[in-house]
Amino acid sequence: MNTTKHTISILVNNQPGVLQRVASLFGRRGFNIESITVGKSEEEGLSRMIIVTTGDDHKLEQISKQLYKVIDVIKVIDISANPMVERELALIKVNAEPSIRPEIIGVVETFRATIVDIGPKSIMVQVVGDSEKVKAMVELLKPYGVIQLTRTGVAAMIRGV
Amino acid sequence: MSTQTLKATNKELYTKLMQPDVITGSEILLRSLLLEGVDCVFGYPGGAVLYIYDAIHGNPDFNHLLTRHEQGAIHAADGYARSTGEVGVCIATSGPGATNLVTGIATAYMDSVPLVVITGNVMSTAIGTDAFQEADITGITMPITKHSYLVRDVKDISKTVHEAFHIASTGRKGPVLIDIPKDISAHKTAFTYDNKISIRGYNPTVLPNKLQVERLLKAIDEAKKPVILAGGGVVYAGAQEELLEFVNKTNIPTITTLLGIGGFPSSNDLWLGMPGMHGTYTANKAIQNCDLLIGIGARFDDRVTMKVEGFAPNAKIAHIDVDPAEVGKVVETAIPCVGDVKKVLELANQKAKSAQSEAWIEELQKMKKEFPLKYKDDNKHLKPQYVIEMIHETTKGEAIVTTDVGQHQMWSAQYYRFNHPRSWITSGGLGTMGFGFPAAIGAQMGNPDRLVVSINGDGGMQMCSQELAICAIHNIPVKIVVINNQVLGMVRQWQEIIYDNRYSHIDLSGSPDFVKLAEAYGVKGLRATNKEEAQKAWQEALDTPGPVLIDFVVEKHENVYPMVKQGSTIDEMLMGDS
Repeated sequence: MNTTKHTISILVNNQPGVLQRVASLFGRRGFNIESITVGKSEEEGLSRMIIVTTGDDHKLEQISKQLYKVIDVIKVIDISANPMVERELALIKVNAEPSIRPEIIGVVETFRATIVDIGPKSIMVQVVGDSEKVKAMVELLKPYGVIQLTRTGVAAMIRGV
Repeated sequence: MSTQTLKATNKELYTKLMQPDVITGSEILLRSLLLEGVDCVFGYPGGAVLYIYDAIHGNPDFNHLLTRHEQGAIHAADGYARSTGEVGVCIATSGPGATNLVTGIATAYMDSVPLVVITGNVMSTAIGTDAFQEADITGITMPITKHSYLVRDVKDISKTVHEAFHIASTGRKGPVLIDIPKDISAHKTAFTYDNKISIRGYNPTVLPNKLQVERLLKAIDEAKKPVILAGGGVVYAGAQEELLEFVNKTNIPTITTLLGIGGFPSSNDLWLGMPGMHGTYTANKAIQNCDLLIGIGARFDDRVTMKVEGFAPNAKIAHIDVDPAEVGKVVETAIPCVGDVKKVLELANQKAKSAQSEAWIEELQKMKKEFPLKYKDDNKHLKPQYVIEMIHETTKGEAIVTTDVGQHQMWSAQYYRFNHPRSWITSGGLGTMGFGFPAAIGAQMGNPDRLVVSINGDGGMQMCSQELAICAIHNIPVKIVVINNQVLGMVRQWQEIIYDNRYSHIDLSGSPDFVKLAEAYGVKGLRATNKEEAQKAWQEALDTPGPVLIDFVVEKHENVYPMVKQGSTIDEMLMGDS
């Protein structure tokens, strides 16, 4: 069976330890976590986790079934089975002597990323997009010297209703 | 939303408990447990549960048994739960008290045993400071509990207890932990008890999909060589009568897994025994040659399937289980029936018809006659299998038998024949040494009128032998059997067969004199080294009203057969030289 990337949306009770319950389940059962994000959902008391994982159909079925066994898990959806919007945010602090800045700004603008801070020798770039776009942005900035990089992991949602 | 009926049936007590008094968290805990119908709690006090034990002191309604180790307490609660079908309860203090429960919690989790485990914790203000006797027990036990709670407000205690009992005892059962910080157990609030349960993320599937049940019946209709693999789920669901009816109607030969023993009467002609690593010849051959395998409340453990790729190669597999995650986890399943085993079988029984299995049954019956379980008996040695057979015959198969883990466990599964559910108590999934004896204490507490026999090896007996004190003090009449071969027998067997006789650290010849050990605690001790002594000692044990330990010094070199080596398929059995 094909091992493919899956984006799973998990609605959970906003209880202390719920992230640990879910994350440790992945570890214990030998499931892979490529990215994990968690934040409040549209409903008070519930959070939504987005986990990017890889596996074949059998593994995906097991992930879903095992997640449902966690009492604080309310709903599990493999949203990558549908048309979806997937976004990740990265902040990249890159070496930028004043002389080189226009060049970097040119790169950033092409990607529709933004400059969110300028220091004496560096600038901070914010890029939002799917993981591929973030990766491409990072690759392009690497030659200038990336000082620090932080990525959020993926937030995602099914398109339409 | 479901409503769980409270089990406190005594009206007077119920009225007393339900008073809206302003009381401490500890008193709320006790009242809540009593309202859940708890009649025996196993525990061990310590700093963080002092308020709770203060509340227990002088409470005439609350029955608490002090074990000598927290591990004894939780295995006892486990034995209580397995033998009665009720939720087992134990209490331990924070830190080491709580961590001493870990083995028992994992044991219960692997075997789907309903437990509510109450631990104290340090003051809520001190949590996270590495305070004295602090341990993050909810964190530690997260992978081995069905659910867990850290109570942060005294107002939550009664609701938490009610939820915990509901979660532990419904769906696929399991242990639930409630961690209560010391200050929370001391805070006061008005007692309320709400009978309603509403847990949004928890709705076990009880009723099966009718179409799947119909597919199952159609598959039975088409099958020539069907076999049932009945597991612990049959016992836990209380579905033994439904299973018997199903087998009677469908005429399908039935195999019981280690934990399924007792879920189907071994006296029934269609019973083929236990499958897997030490399964019977016929059970293993039946699985390998069947064309339809119906797993019922069985999770296809690797000790059953052995090499999965070669397991039941010709069979269409149907799987009835309350836990959807078990369906398709290990083996590819053609017909999934998710639901309570009892409910699924009830539905199936409405339309179940006999399979075309006459020739198949004949073939298996012939096999059963040709390859029965057997051992080489002689009059020089006391054979362990003989001891088990003797216990079976003298108790007429009516005792509750608990075992520890190892060779004696397999011999007990093979040579003691069970006809009733909840009479066979053993650690299957985790294989916990030290389990059997304290579990017997729990089983006896839950079944004061039944004969409880605890069968142990000389290794496992030493892992919780301190609980002999409980038997002596409370005159708990467990008959404690030690199958003593002065060696870690199952490890020896593996080292012999798989590791080329390289016996590494298995010699238990420095064990205590078990008779003297029993006597040191005030328990009667007896010893037998041959058949005659064995019969005499065992009869004396049966005739003695209180607890008795019998040290059966058996033939050292006996091995458990049949045996399937890891990496082999289940029909590649070593049959021994018997």
